Amino acid sequence: MTTDHSLLVEELTLGYKDRVVIDSLDLAVPPGLITAIVGANACGKSTLLRSMSRLLAPRSGHVLLDGKEVHRLPSKEVARTLGLLPQSPIAPEGITVGDLVGRGRHPHKRALSRWNKEDDEAVAAALEATRTVDLADRPVDELSGGQRQRVWIAMALAQRTDLLLLDEPTTFLDVTHQVEVLDLLTDLNRSLGTTIVLVLHDLNLAARYADHLIALASGRLHAAGPPEQVLTPETVLAVFGLRCEVITDPTSGKPLMLPIGRHHNAVRAD
Amino acid sequence: MSVSTVETVTRGRVRRAYRRRAVIVVLAVLIVLVFAVTLMAGRTFYPPGDVVRVVLGQDVPGASFTVGRLRLPRAALAVVAGLCFGIAGVTFQTMLRNPLASPDIIGITSGAGAAATFAIVVLSLDGAGVSVFAITAGLAVAVAVYALSFKNGVSGIRLILIGIGIAAMLDSATAYILDQAAEWDHQEAMRWLAGSLNGATWDRVVPVAVALLVFSPVLLHRSRDLEALQLGDDTASALGVRVDRTRLVAIIGAVGLIAFAIAAAGPISFVAFLSGPIAARVVGPNGSLLVPSALVGALLVLAADFCGQFAFGIRYPVGVVTGVLGAPYLVYLIVRSNRAGGSL
Ligand SMILES: Nc1ncnc2c1ncn2[C@@H]1O[C@H](COP(=O)(O)OP(=O)(O)OP(=O)(O)O)[C@@H](O)[C@H]1O
Ligand SMILES: [Mg+2]
Repeated sequence: MTTDHSLLVEELTLGYKDRVVIDSLDLAVPPGLITAIVGANACGKSTLLRSMSRLLAPRSGHVLLDGKEVHRLPSKEVARTLGLLPQSPIAPEGITVGDLVGRGRHPHKRALSRWNKEDDEAVAAALEATRTVDLADRPVDELSGGQRQRVWIAMALAQRTDLLLLDEPTTFLDVTHQVEVLDLLTDLNRSLGTTIVLVLHDLNLAARYADHLIALASGRLHAAGPPEQVLTPETVLAVFGLRCEVITDPTSGKPLMLPIGRHHNAVRAD
Repeated sequence: MSVSTVETVTRGRVRRAYRRRAVIVVLAVLIVLVFAVTLMAGRTFYPPGDVVRVVLGQDVPGASFTVGRLRLPRAALAVVAGLCFGIAGVTFQTMLRNPLASPDIIGITSGAGAAATFAIVVLSLDGAGVSVFAITAGLAVAVAVYALSFKNGVSGIRLILIGIGIAAMLDSATAYILDQAAEWDHQEAMRWLAGSLNGATWDRVVPVAVALLVFSPVLLHRSRDLEALQLGDDTASALGVRVDRTRLVAIIGAVGLIAFAIAAAGPISFVAFLSGPIAARVVGPNGSLLVPSALVGALLVLAADFCGQFAFGIRYPVGVVTGVLGAPYLVYLIVRSNRAGGSL
């Protein structure tokens, strides 16, 4: 599978009504890698992802998929290359897991075309990858938050896109399930070469799993690069207004951020 | 991926499709049965043989007039109007993800009603003139509600609240015009507002049937996009659905259907509102509700009209019967949304 799709953002300005949320942003999503976007609440991460997947038209600037403006491309064509799992998707009342995951096939179907073997296979593969096969006949309403999150990821996987954007896929999950979801996405990246962009709030998990880290601060790019370069006390202070110490994670060799609250200043050794 | 997982997926999909198809067949059979009964039964009973001969165009003394000129167009109008109400209602409800979002709640029906009342009382129009007013006003209200609730795209809740507000305004306009009306016009307008199939003729059936043939294919063609909208605008967009365009097409199609149905049969209360939820109950979450809901609508209007004519000793217009069915459901929905959300 060829997966080197390029996704570029050029001088992108986004906003709602009279408020500018993303201001003249330039960034490149490295193909074939895992990119994590971090930033404080309300800094515009979801807004950026919504624009990358065509939901929100730019005020000015461009989102370029393989060199073409996404907002000008046919919507289904984009949806066959670029998938998005939004921050708060809605499950229709009573829908079963199998049905919901099947909805991921939408961009591959014409208005009245029939369901085919390939669709069933894509759904089956997505259920297996997310270990939700046993849930296939259960209504989504009855699942736990963590199960539900995996089902939504399965839906995005059934879409079989080479690029996958996920907005906070680990919210609602306990630490085990967070790691499990990130492992799953890493598997996907390693086995199929899927380019992954995800918004994460846990900086340490972001540093551990991402090849490329993007730090946004109030709608502007603050820093981008490998986690070792981006996750520094200076960046954390600038982006989150939080003082911290960064050490090397003994398990992964990646940077590990230790926050310094107001009450722990005195303990510092140096 | 293993073969058995693929089999599980296929089996689940086939089971869901099967249930939906079975419901569609059962509903269609019921419609045919009730249709046949309404042709046979009434003040005079005609045996099936006579009815079939009338339908085939042969001359049967007595039956040719009663069945051919009175009962057949009336039943046909019930079916086509019911189909229109059913599809239009569920289209709005699906698109805005809310059972309250039906045209009879968000002002479209009220708009048609106010315009028809105005046409009858103030302009002394009747027949086609009233229809033209009702259709134009239905469309105008839909456009106004849509435009007023447009703000970075359309949010369902905002549209519903604005629609309810506009409905209330239009209803009070209707009440005011009625209050000023002469006795005769008042009765005429009231009969229209209650929704009635009395005096149905083929002239009234044909425009609705044409509207059905024009608009329902447009909606059926979009049914998968409408289903995707149920997942939220962001997800639908990520799946390649053009959210605003789908909404616009759906609104035009649904308003077209409902406006023509109202013009011919009056705003038969709550049929648009009830059909979708009833269809959803019997079909389950197993695919598009457009067709099942259309059939439920037709069955409701047919059966309610038959009951209204013969079940109670005196004759009630069909809208009174459906109103009695719909009002408790509306109360139930409001109570339930209060309990679940608590924010309204
Ligand atoms: N539909 C909308 N209409 C108006 N303003 C919006 C809308 N969606 C988001 N905003 C505003 O845009 C800004 C950025 O929101 P966004 O959702 O992109 O933040 P975020 O970085 O994803 O935050 P979080 O970490 O809390 O998810 C916020 O100030 C928010 O209030
Ligand atoms: Mg967000």
